[in-house]
Amino acid sequence: MSFKILSKKQLSENVFQMDVMAPLVARSRKAGQFVIVSVDQDAGERIPLTIAAADAENGSIRLIFQRVGKATTQMADLAEGESLGYVAGPLGQPTHIKKFGTVVCVGGGIGNAPLLPIATALKEAGNTIISIIGARTKELLILEDEFRAISDELIVVSDDGSCGRKALVTEPLKEICSRDPKPDCAIAIGPAVMMKFCCDTTKEFNVPTQVSLNTIMVDGTGMCGGCRVEVGGQTKFVCVDGPEFDGHQVNFDQMMRRMSAYKELEQKALEQYQKHQCKIGLDQTA
Amino acid sequence: MLKELLEKQNAGTLKAKDRYEIPAQDMPAQDGTERRENMNEVALGYTETQARLEAMRCLQCRNAPCMEGCPVRIRIREFVTAIANGSFEEALAIIKENSLLPAVCGRVCPQEVQCQETCTVGKKFKDPEKSVSIGRLERYVADRFGKQGETPKVAPPTGKKVAIIGSGPGGIVVAADVRRAGHDVTVFEAFHKPGGVMIYGIPEFRLPKSIVQEEIDVLEKMGVKITCNFIVGRTRTIEQLMTEDGFDAVYVGVGAGLPKFMNIDGEQLVGVYSANEYLTRANLMKAYQFGKGSDTPIAVSKNVAVLGGGNVAMDAARMAVRLGAENVYLVYRRSEKEMPARIEEVHHAKEEGVQFRTLQNPQRILGDEKGNVVGAECLKYELGEPDDSGRRRPVPIKGSEFVIDVDTVIVAIGNGANPLIQQTTPGLEFNKWGNIVVDEKCKTSLQGVYAGGDIVLGAATVILAMGQGRIAAAAINQYLKD
Ligand SMILES: Cc1cc2nc3c(=O)[nH]c(=O)nc-3n(C[C@H](O)[C@H](O)[C@H](O)COP(=O)(O)OP(=O)(O)OC[C@H]3O[C@@H](n4cnc5c(N)ncnc54)[C@H](O)[C@@H]3O)c2cc1C
Ligand code: SF4
Ligand code: FES
Repeated sequence: MSFKILSKKQLSENVFQMDVMAPLVARSRKAGQFVIVSVDQDAGERIPLTIAAADAENGSIRLIFQRVGKATTQMADLAEGESLGYVAGPLGQPTHIKKFGTVVCVGGGIGNAPLLPIATALKEAGNTIISIIGARTKELLILEDEFRAISDELIVVSDDGSCGRKALVTEPLKEICSRDPKPDCAIAIGPAVMMKFCCDTTKEFNVPTQVSLNTIMVDGTGMCGGCRVEVGGQTKFVCVDGPEFDGHQVNFDQMMRRMSAYKELEQKALEQYQKHQCKIGLDQTA
Repeated sequence: MLKELLEKQNAGTLKAKDRYEIPAQDMPAQDGTERRENMNEVALGYTETQARLEAMRCLQCRNAPCMEGCPVRIRIREFVTAIANGSFEEALAIIKENSLLPAVCGRVCPQEVQCQETCTVGKKFKDPEKSVSIGRLERYVADRFGKQGETPKVAPPTGKKVAIIGSGPGGIVVAADVRRAGHDVTVFEAFHKPGGVMIYGIPEFRLPKSIVQEEIDVLEKMGVKITCNFIVGRTRTIEQLMTEDGFDAVYVGVGAGLPKFMNIDGEQLVGVYSANEYLTRANLMKAYQFGKGSDTPIAVSKNVAVLGGGNVAMDAARMAVRLGAENVYLVYRRSEKEMPARIEEVHHAKEEGVQFRTLQNPQRILGDEKGNVVGAECLKYELGEPDDSGRRRPVPIKGSEFVIDVDTVIVAIGNGANPLIQQTTPGLEFNKWGNIVVDEKCKTSLQGVYAGGDIVLGAATVILAMGQGRIAAAAINQYLKD
C-alpha cells in the first residue's frame, strides 16, 4: 500500500497541511480520531496526528502538523507525489457529537487543526458555535476562514495583537462564560498549558469542558502505556480511552512533565538531521 | 569420546550407566562482560559433536515422559535418537510434525517446566537442568537444516477467504496451516512489522529477528498476504471483514497487549516505563541505535529498577544493561525459586551483572520537583503459606522500608487483555478478565470466528500460542470444508 501525498500546503511558517492517500482510514474515520504515521517504513518515529478531514470517496485524509522535531521536519521535507512510510488508524474514541445548545470551541496554534472537524460536526448537529482561535502572532494563525465559515461567532486573538484582539484565549472565554445564559459546554484544543488554563476558567463557571490530549505515544493501540495520564485520579491511556477527556479531571501538570521527557534527545536527533541535510546540499553544489 | 560412544552405541552395548556418565553439554555463549555491550545473540548453539553427545545422554525411555511434558507433544525421544545417530534432517522432520517454529521454540520455551521437567535423566539427577537438553537439540537441528526446507506445498484454490488478526506465533501457524489447505489468507497486523511479541518484545540477544523474519518470508512465499498498519476493530471490524469484505472465517490472535501497572504513587513520573514500552522502543523501534539510523529516544539511565520476575522482567533488565545502565536491580517480591522466568535467562541476567533484589517490593516511586524518578521506596518481604498458585505467598515485613536510588523504573508485572476487540465485536464472548472464551477446538461464540494464544490463555507462552494455532487451523479447515 502506498500512502501518497496528493497535495501539500504550508499554512504558516512551521505548519503544513497534507492530503494523503489512506483509503481504509478515510472510509472508517470519525471526528476526533487520529492516525499514527511515519516517514520511514522501518525505524522511523511513530507520529500521532489528528485526522483534520477525510474524503472517503477519493480515499484521502487531511493531516495538519507542526514542524518541531526531526520526524516532523523530515515529513515537512516530503513533496507532493512522494509517500509516507505508513499510516495506521483510525485510532482513539470518536468525539461524542450531539446537540448540546451553545458550544464554545477554543483552539490555540496547531490545535485549530484537530478542533475544526469537531466544530464542524457539532455545527452539523445543530449547535450554536462560538469559536475562539488564537496564535502567538499573525503568521502562525491557521484555518481562520474555515472557522469563520462554520461559526456563529468568531473571536480571533493573538499574543502580540498582530491579528484580532491582543489577548490570551482565556480572556474572551471568560467573557463568554459570564454571559447569560452561559454556554452549554466548551471544547479546548491546543498546547497543554492553554488547555489547562481554559479548564481553570470554565471550571469557575461550571461549564463542562472537553480537551483533546496529545501525549507521547508509541503504538497507539493500548499496548505500551506510554501515553498514560491521570484523569479523575485514575490512570487512562490517551490512545484508547481518549484522546478526549473531561478537562476538569485531567492532571495537566503531570502530563506536561511527561510530555517533556525526551526534549533533549529529540533536539539532538533534529540537529543531526539538519546537519545531515546541509551536507547533502553542499554535495549537490560542489 | 564421541567416537568411542558411537562404536558402543552401534554395537548395542551403550548402557544406561554409560549414558549417565556423559557430561551434560554446556551451551557455548558470548562472554558475560563482552555481551553487555552488544545486542547479538547470547547463546551460540551446539557444535555437531556437542549435539550428538548430548543426544546420547537420552535413555530412550519406553514411556518417553518428556513427550507428556511437551504442550504440543513432539515425539521427543525419536528426534533425540535421530540426532544421536546423526540423522539430523530426520530429526527436524519429526519435530516439524508438531511444531512449525522449532528455531524459535528451541530458544524461548521454558523447557525446565515442560519436557525437561519430566525427563528421566533430570529426575535421576534430581535437577531439571541436568535433563537431556531437549531445547538446545531442537535449536541445533532447526538452525542447521531449517533454512534449506522447501516452501510448503499449497493445495489448489478453494475460493474461501480467511482473515488472521495478529501476526504473533499463533497467527503465523494458523496462516501456514490454513493456506496449505488452499484458502486465500490475509494476516492483519496493527504494527508496521509482523511477528508479534517475537519482534517487539523478546530482544535480539535472545531471539534474533532474522529467524522470525524467515518464518514470515516463508508465509509470503506460500502466498499469504500480510497487511500491516491495520488495526482490526478500528480500520475494519470483525463484522465488516466477514459481511462486507468476504472473509469466511477469522482467527483472532491479538495477544495480551495491555500492560499492568502497580497502581502505586509515583507511577506517572518521568522515567517510569511499562516493560512493553521499554522493550518496544528498544527492539521494534531500535532505540539502541538512537542517532545512528533510529530516532526513537529512550531514557539514558544510570540506575534502573525492574519490577517483576518473569521473562519480560529479565528481558527488560538485560536490555537496560545493554543500553548502558551502570546498576540494574531486579526487584521481585518472592524468592528466586518462585521466579517464572526461564532458568537460562536468570543465569544470563546474573552473568551480565543484573543485581537480584528478591523478597522486596516497591510501595511508592519517588520523584524530584521536575517530576523525574529519583528512587523507589521498597518493603522487605518474607514467604508465608502457599497461595492458590501453589507458590508461597510473599508477606510484607512491617517497618522494613528502605529506598533504592534509581532514575528509571520498568514495570514488568504482566499483561492483561487489550479491550479493543471486545469493545468492537458484539456477540463475542469474553470472561471476566477480558479473555476470549473458546471451546476445545478454539471456536468462539461467533460462527466462523476462532481464537487462540495470549488473548485466550492470558499472558502465556509461544508454544501454547502455537499449539492453539494448530488446533484452530484444523478446525477452520474443517469448518470451511463443511
Ligand atoms: C518480553 C517478553 C518475553 C517473553 N518471553 C517468552 C519466552 O521466553 N518464552 C515463551 O514461551 N514466551 C515468552 N513470552 C510470551 C510469548 O511471547 C507470548 O505468549 C506469545 O507471543 C503469544 O502469542 P500470540 O500468538 O498470542 O500473539 P502475540 O505474539 O502477542 O502477537 C499478537 C499480535 O497481534 C497484534 N494485534 C493486537 N491487536 C490487534 C488488532 N486489533 N488488529 C491487528 N493486530 C493486532 C499485535 O500487534 C501483535 O503483533 C514473552 C513475552 C514478552 C512480552
Ligand atoms: S524422558 Fe529424557 S531420557 Fe527419556 S526419552 Fe525423553 S529425553 Fe530421553
Ligand atoms: S500509545 Fe501505547 S498505550 Fe497508548
